[in-house]
Amino acid sequence: MSPLLSIRDLAVAFRTETGPFEALHGLSLDVMRGQTLALVGESGSGKSVTAQAIMGILPASASITRGKILFRDTSDETDIARLDTEGAAMRAIRGQRIAMIFQEPMTCLSPLHTVGDQIGEALRIHTGADRKEADARTQEALARVGFPDPKRALKTYPFELSGGLRQRAMIAMALILKPALLVADEPTTALDVTTQAQILALLARLQDETGMAILLITHDLGVVANIAHDVAVLYRGRLVEAGPRDTVMRAPGHAYLKALLHAVPRFDMAPGERLTPIRPARAEIPPVQPLAKLAGPLLQVENVSKSYTLRSGRFWQKPRMVHAVSDLSLSLAAGETLGLVGESGSGKTTVSKMIMRALAPDSGTILFDDGSGPRDVHGLSGDALFAYRRTVQFVFQDPYASLDPRMTVRQILSEPMEIHGVPVAERRARCRELMAMVGLEASGLGRYPHAFSGGQRQRIGIARALAPRPRLLVLDEPVSALDVSVQAQILNLLKDLQAALGLSYLIVSHNLAVIDYMADTISVMCRGRIVEEAPRAALFRHPVHPYTRALLAAVPDPSLDHPLDFAAITGDQNDPTRWEAPYLLGPDEAGAMRAIEPGHRVRFSTAQDAEAA
Amino acid sequence: MIVPVLRRVVTMALTLLVISALVFFIIKLPPGDYLTNRIMELRATGEAGSVAKAELLIRQYGLDRPVWQQYLMWIGLMPGPVGFSGLLQGDWGWSFEYDKPVADVVGDALWLTLLINLTAVVFVHVVAIPAAIYSATHRHTVGDAVVTLLGYVGLAVPGFLLALILLFYANRWFDLSIGGLYDSALTNQPWDWPKIRSLLAHLVVPTLVIGLGGTAAMIRRMRANLLDELAKPYTVTARAKGLPPMRALLKYPFRMSLNPFVADIGNLLPHLVSGSVLVSLVLSLPTVGPLLLDALRSQDQFMAGFILMFVAGLTLVGMLISDLILVWLDPRIRMGAR
Repeated sequence: MSPLLSIRDLAVAFRTETGPFEALHGLSLDVMRGQTLALVGESGSGKSVTAQAIMGILPASASITRGKILFRDTSDETDIARLDTEGAAMRAIRGQRIAMIFQEPMTCLSPLHTVGDQIGEALRIHTGADRKEADARTQEALARVGFPDPKRALKTYPFELSGGLRQRAMIAMALILKPALLVADEPTTALDVTTQAQILALLARLQDETGMAILLITHDLGVVANIAHDVAVLYRGRLVEAGPRDTVMRAPGHAYLKALLHAVPRFDMAPGERLTPIRPARAEIPPVQPLAKLAGPLLQVENVSKSYTLRSGRFWQKPRMVHAVSDLSLSLAAGETLGLVGESGSGKTTVSKMIMRALAPDSGTILFDDGSGPRDVHGLSGDALFAYRRTVQFVFQDPYASLDPRMTVRQILSEPMEIHGVPVAERRARCRELMAMVGLEASGLGRYPHAFSGGQRQRIGIARALAPRPRLLVLDEPVSALDVSVQAQILNLLKDLQAALGLSYLIVSHNLAVIDYMADTISVMCRGRIVEEAPRAALFRHPVHPYTRALLAAVPDPSLDHPLDFAAITGDQNDPTRWEAPYLLGPDEAGAMRAIEPGHRVRFSTAQDAEAA
Repeated sequence: MIVPVLRRVVTMALTLLVISALVFFIIKLPPGDYLTNRIMELRATGEAGSVAKAELLIRQYGLDRPVWQQYLMWIGLMPGPVGFSGLLQGDWGWSFEYDKPVADVVGDALWLTLLINLTAVVFVHVVAIPAAIYSATHRHTVGDAVVTLLGYVGLAVPGFLLALILLFYANRWFDLSIGGLYDSALTNQPWDWPKIRSLLAHLVVPTLVIGLGGTAAMIRRMRANLLDELAKPYTVTARAKGLPPMRALLKYPFRMSLNPFVADIGNLLPHLVSGSVLVSLVLSLPTVGPLLLDALRSQDQFMAGFILMFVAGLTLVGMLISDLILVWLDPRIRMGAR
């Protein structure tokens, strides 16, 4: 049987100010009917350009310079590369026979139109269906992708939905016309690990049902190992390796794929093993005075609670209270790393904001010890507060949004020192030192952030946080917005900085592998409460709580020997009333933390105790 | 939905009250008023009869009482010599300069002002929106450069100068009488067909002149907004669905780029009223702009006060309308989400 889609010698070039830049140099690959081809590579490797060329949605500055994209949908064969991208023939294929889903399910849906309108639209323009018929078919499609209440979903807006449901809506939109080929560009990268597992299971099931082919673009080898039939590896616009999944993954031939396999944190890493970045970066950290030893923990969060009042749409309804954080306690020793894990909405960010004193807790205390004994962070004022602000710094998730594009790197690094009264001469020297510490050239100080790549920007963000010589860094998803090829660099850099400077880290992430690589102790959060906390090794060796186990089970492993159990992924892992006994909690039950081994504490139900008493 | 609107209306009423106080006291700030000045003038020339009439007016409008009482009487919250008779009762006061009730002086000017300015607003949108869409979708082409250049010219040319030139050629080529909103021969005629036709013909020049600056500014802003939205992923999604380009553009990025303009409607109306004074003077248009200027200069207090209140009311109504449209257009605002 002939392949559904054959790309032959495809080259795509961009017009740039410095002349044409070829992003793809003669790519050839085949997508078989009913199968999934995973296209793997780092950003800039040309994988998204390939997808855009197939869809005929290349940016205006790019064009196909040679090659063919042969699409054999029916008996005849169409060369997409020759079609006018805005012509009727291409539009009939696009959205109808070849559909696409994207990485960011929030920004890919218009916030001004209902989900039903946006999904049914493809049907209306391609088949001329009227609105009533489109609504009926849309409702079917929403049911097929697992919407709990498809009829209601027709009238909802994207911002009312969770990330996972939005991506389901995107999938429903792409599949409503039963296309022969689905192009999925990083469909799960922006999602929580549990949601990712559900979406992967959904794609696999829909493929079984409809027999469509999937071209899956990803950098996550765990995803590849779990749903791909074939794998193609792109590197700098060239195909470097291709073949059936098992062959490619078990015996990677090309050095790049081998390197990629070792550049991401895995659960089966030996203790003390370092990640091997694809492109090593050299950081020079000057020797510093070790920080004074503390008698107790550096940071102690005690029984902190925070709830928000949701403004309800109708004025006669009582405003709803959301308990973002309930009775939460954490402890971080100096020089150590505490990992806070949980899905989106679990309250992790609220906790980090309260530690930064950007939010006030409703009750409870946050104690911080700067060497002069523990003091309540929220009782600080004046000079003591100013000093605290210096001691605790934040590293943001998105290195693109967190650096002011109108400031040079020198201004970005100097600003915190300026605020804290460092003399000008010292600031200049410190800027150069900071650049060396994060492995960047001092010559970059005069440039603006847009001149740097994502990984380099994140280094600048780290340098900015280090500028006022803090003791504690709060790292909010420090690598989840970064390309896979640079994650290892950043994680290793953070480890080296910690070892040399004696810093303490609070790292907030939904990526368990990253937490596993970085943290000394781990707290797992669900619905504003800690459900399990333990030293790193104990937690991963012996996870006890059903929520922790569900999180771990949802992480796709690059090794073919540990496939995801799609059947076990239900999506109700964060519902305490569905947990098995003795962890099951009633609707308003808090339960209690109990130690099951030294340092390893788990939240149990207290209902039985009450009955026994 | 109804409750928030009612709440807004109550806030608007309170705002108007505050504005009325500010307007009145600012007008009264310079020493003396129109009538006392006039009486002094008349005494000097010895016209006893006129002096008596002026003194009658002073008593009738309570100008011999303290300022705060005058204010309360003006807005109609306190009985004057002839009982409650103020803005709230629909009595807009007396224009001393024209020696007529304000309502009679302002009458035609009010709705002609509204007419001219609404025409200008429509003109701005009808011209600017297609131009901006063309400009944004054909970025860095010759067409874009031409639209941009014309836009800058429109911004830079002073309105009154353009008005003079246009008047000259309109008169020369189309035999249009110079100035005014209708042929001066028709001034005291009822509103019949020839008069309306004359009005429409005379509307062209003021609309062009008043609208041009706004059009240029709107093209620039709309183009920038659209360019931002065109780069958003949901635009790519729309293309990937197979939507024809223009349909995709109008349904998604264009609608997203409308919000700031809708939010501006409230500011647009008063700006057009006060911004067109110069043009109105040059074109001798019978609008409230020049009337306001005269009234303020001669301390014709009821006249000035009424016109200012009218503009303030227009602003508030405009803002209410723009907020209601925003709520209707944007579900994020409707549902109180971020």
